[in-house]
Amino acid sequence: MRVQLTIALSGLLALPAHSAEINLNLQIPQLNVAEYHRPYVAIWVEGPDQKAAANLAVWYSQKATNEGAGTKWLPDLRQWWRRSGRTLKVPVDGVTGPTRPVGKHALQFTDSNPELAALPAGDYTLVVEAAREVGGRELLKIPFKWRGASNGSAQGSSELGLVTLASKP
Amino acid sequence: MKQTLKFAALALALSLPLAAQAHKAWLQPSQTVLAGNNPWVTVDAAVSNDLFYFNHVPLKTDNLVITAPDGSQVAAQNSATGKYRSVFDVELKQTGTYRIGVVNDYVVGQWDEDGKPKRWRGTAAEFATGVPKDAKNLQVSQSISRVETFVTNGSPNNTALKPSGKGLELVPVTHPNDLFAGDEAKFRMQIDGKPAPGIDVEIVRGNTRYRNAQDEIKVKTDAKGEFTVTWPEAGMYWLEATSEDKKTSVPQARQRRVGYVATLEVLPQ
Repeated sequence: MRVQLTIALSGLLALPAHSAEINLNLQIPQLNVAEYHRPYVAIWVEGPDQKAAANLAVWYSQKATNEGAGTKWLPDLRQWWRRSGRTLKVPVDGVTGPTRPVGKHALQFTDSNPELAALPAGDYTLVVEAAREVGGRELLKIPFKWRGASNGSAQGSSELGLVTLASKP
Repeated sequence: MKQTLKFAALALALSLPLAAQAHKAWLQPSQTVLAGNNPWVTVDAAVSNDLFYFNHVPLKTDNLVITAPDGSQVAAQNSATGKYRSVFDVELKQTGTYRIGVVNDYVVGQWDEDGKPKRWRGTAAEFATGVPKDAKNLQVSQSISRVETFVTNGSPNNTALKPSGKGLELVPVTHPNDLFAGDEAKFRMQIDGKPAPGIDVEIVRGNTRYRNAQDEIKVKTDAKGEFTVTWPEAGMYWLEATSEDKKTSVPQARQRRVGYVATLEVLPQ
């Protein structure tokens, strides 16, 4: 009896160490342009029906203005706006944040994220969309397994660089 | 000869309120998908052959009705009418979908007085006082035309899209601010609140100046009054449907013309 309990407890204790996670490396490329603004970026998980299943990150200008803290331009993230953004009340804790500079950004999302915690295991697509003021827009998709092991990558050609994904159960 | 010409001009003028054959009436919003604190749209209103260019006459905005997302009516601001276009602004204080429309509901009477043709235009209620009871060769026609567009601040909703039940109207099955190139959209046409089967609908993309053909899309409503369209590419589209019936509210009127125009923005994927 006592032995069983110990095993059960150790099972519980071991769980956080094995929490499912998505590790993402996202490159914002250096661009040779006269007027540069950091891109707005949205990262989300979509199901096979293309519906947004979880918002992971939304980076937009946080500067307070009369027009709203950068929110006026959120619809420029066209697909994200359609799939999720327009029904989302920003800011969202742990999801929305300021725009990021040129360079490589390592991001980790685990099942402690409330939206991911509720996401059933299975096949999904990670979507990264970037839109830049006086610039362009680009959208990349990487299929992956949630609560499963998978690797994937997508190479951007304009607003995004290389994006790599590794998921663990 | 001169008299014939005058009549021809008069006939043309009479057909203009509906602009069915002659020219295209339209509203063009500066954008249709908005966000932020109190965004504004500015809307151009004109009548022309070419979409969406101001080169004929402005669209009169006397009967402009702007329905807010909660169903209330809001006023246009900074209205002005120039040589070729009218323009007005709408402040989008609420989140949701706004319907912006010009609705003209008129009775037109033509008759002879002392050997000269006379013409009167007004509402059905004014008809009895506007046209003499003993008018000779009286011809009366009635028309209801609706020229509209839709814009959404934040998340779309359907309150403002509720049909009025008067004349020819478009009832969205697909939300009019949720249109994307390559996607199929579905709409229903109604006359006086009832499904209108067999109605011809014409859809033309803007920027007509930069191509050699109209590239119009022609569809007909099915038994349920519904039609679908798959948007070939992104752009601002003009949609028109017209019909005629005998459901007049003035007994002297022999026929009623109903017309509908919408400007719809289709976004790229």
